[in-house]
Amino acid sequence: MSAPARTSELSWLARRVASKLAFGFAVFVIVSPAILVMLWMLSLSLKNEVDNMAYPPVFIPSPPTLANFEAVFENSNLMRYLVNSLLVTGGATLVAILVGVPAGYGIAKASAHRTAICILIARITPALSYLIPLYMMFQMLGLTGSLWPIFITHLVITIPIFVYVMIGFFESLPPDLEEAALIDGCTLWQAFRHVALPLARPGIVVAMILSIIFSWNNFVFGAVLGGRQTRTLPAAVYNMLTFEQVAWGPLAAAALLVTAPVLVLTLFIQKEIVGGLTAGGVKGG
Amino acid sequence: MTAPIAAAAARGYGRNYLPFAYPALAITAMVIVFPWLFTLFMSAHEWKIGSPREFVGFANYVKLAGDPRFLESIGHTLWFTLLSVVLPIAFGTGAALVFNERFPLRGFCRAVFILPMMATPVAVALVWKMMFHPQLGVLNYILTSVGLPPSLWHTSIDTVIPTLVMVEVWHWTPLVMLIVLGGLAAAPTEPYESARLDGANAWQMFRYITLPLIMPFVVLAVVIRTIDALKAFDTIFVISEGGPGTASETINIYLYLQAFAFYNIGYASAIVVVFFVLIIVLAMVLLWLRQKSKWS
Repeated sequence: MSAPARTSELSWLARRVASKLAFGFAVFVIVSPAILVMLWMLSLSLKNEVDNMAYPPVFIPSPPTLANFEAVFENSNLMRYLVNSLLVTGGATLVAILVGVPAGYGIAKASAHRTAICILIARITPALSYLIPLYMMFQMLGLTGSLWPIFITHLVITIPIFVYVMIGFFESLPPDLEEAALIDGCTLWQAFRHVALPLARPGIVVAMILSIIFSWNNFVFGAVLGGRQTRTLPAAVYNMLTFEQVAWGPLAAAALLVTAPVLVLTLFIQKEIVGGLTAGGVKGG
Repeated sequence: MTAPIAAAAARGYGRNYLPFAYPALAITAMVIVFPWLFTLFMSAHEWKIGSPREFVGFANYVKLAGDPRFLESIGHTLWFTLLSVVLPIAFGTGAALVFNERFPLRGFCRAVFILPMMATPVAVALVWKMMFHPQLGVLNYILTSVGLPPSLWHTSIDTVIPTLVMVEVWHWTPLVMLIVLGGLAAAPTEPYESARLDGANAWQMFRYITLPLIMPFVVLAVVIRTIDALKAFDTIFVISEGGPGTASETINIYLYLQAFAFYNIGYASAIVVVFFVLIIVLAMVLLWLRQKSKWS
């Protein structure tokens, strides 16, 4: 290697290091609001009430205590609400798989963008606007004491997510294999069931994750339609704020318990989530 | 040989695929279209839960036009929406430019950056509310320790909407970042190479190459953000409940109170109709702008 080439390589390196430092700073600034709020939630949940109410604030819990988490489990019906949330989110996601995957396939294949817009309207409509009529209807049907109303309204979150992610996925899938299947005499359903569906597994996983997260996070359906026994977790956490004496530690602990599964899921499969979200620009509720 | 292929092709194209979407459409119709019709029906009635309903025609709409609290809530909604669109678009586009570069731990940093939009809104809103506490909150401690005056945050009429916008920005800047990042990833590299050869500086390359390329994605982000900001509920409901007084009462919050605190179902339904028309009109205007930005 000749000398001039070496110096230019060195200056290239120096520039690269400088730009790396600048980027490091930019990334730090960009990422810190997210980290600081999460860390503060963790800090509040691990401190005793004296430290939580101290001014100046105590930043690092010393010693950290799990008393707040114990208090949450003892004083509230948390397990009950956890089961409610799991049933609602699980059920709504399951139904969304059953109807949303074929719908995404059909719409992608037929390029039926008008049909897609019909389902997109669910994305535009404010949740409260269908909540009032559904609330009245469930009251007339006498369903208000059960989880059914919450489950049914959560379909409004999960089905559009599935339809959108699956449309994007099936549009990107090369049609050759299914065409071959059709030529061999398969029906459209068989071509979908045995050729396209097995290939669609990655898309289904992405849609499932997004649907689970946005259904899990939903507050207003559980808050309006849920009774004492039928609340979902976010509604239950909100209720801790209003009806019990407001103690910051247990409140932060409950908030952390509700959101931790979603945060962990996001960190572990961020690549798939990023792919799914950039594809559809979807979000629930 | 051509006959079966043509037959298969005929089966495999267009409308024949629509039955796949019927179950989803049926459920969507049941959960969304029926409620709309029922809302229109209710909005023409004086209907309080527990008392008999009475047909009043357009009286609810007439009452709305003269309801100062409702008119004020439109102002709050538009102000909140404007701020909650402009700021995340600016920050999110900046963040997308950073995340479009390659650097170590990029995947992890990106995952951390998108945590706010995945976090349960009610849970983080509670944490923000504790941070905003005027006497004991950590934010006022930070402000005073760097020499700035403490703020009353959500407890003052003057600062409540900017405070809520701050949480909204924190929440949804990542979504803007993801959409714009998608645009950057799809951008071709040739224009940059020739611009560099022509001696363009970084700002010129951003202004004349990057910005036009990502514009359709930025506009898409504006559309999505506008719809979401108009509908914002959880954050406002948990942190300020529309208060102090009615200072942060958006249409959505007022609608909730009319329906589920005062049980004026008929009147709330009329608000829903007006609100929905407002959202559709704004969404159409923005989608029209998006088409224009695509074709130019």
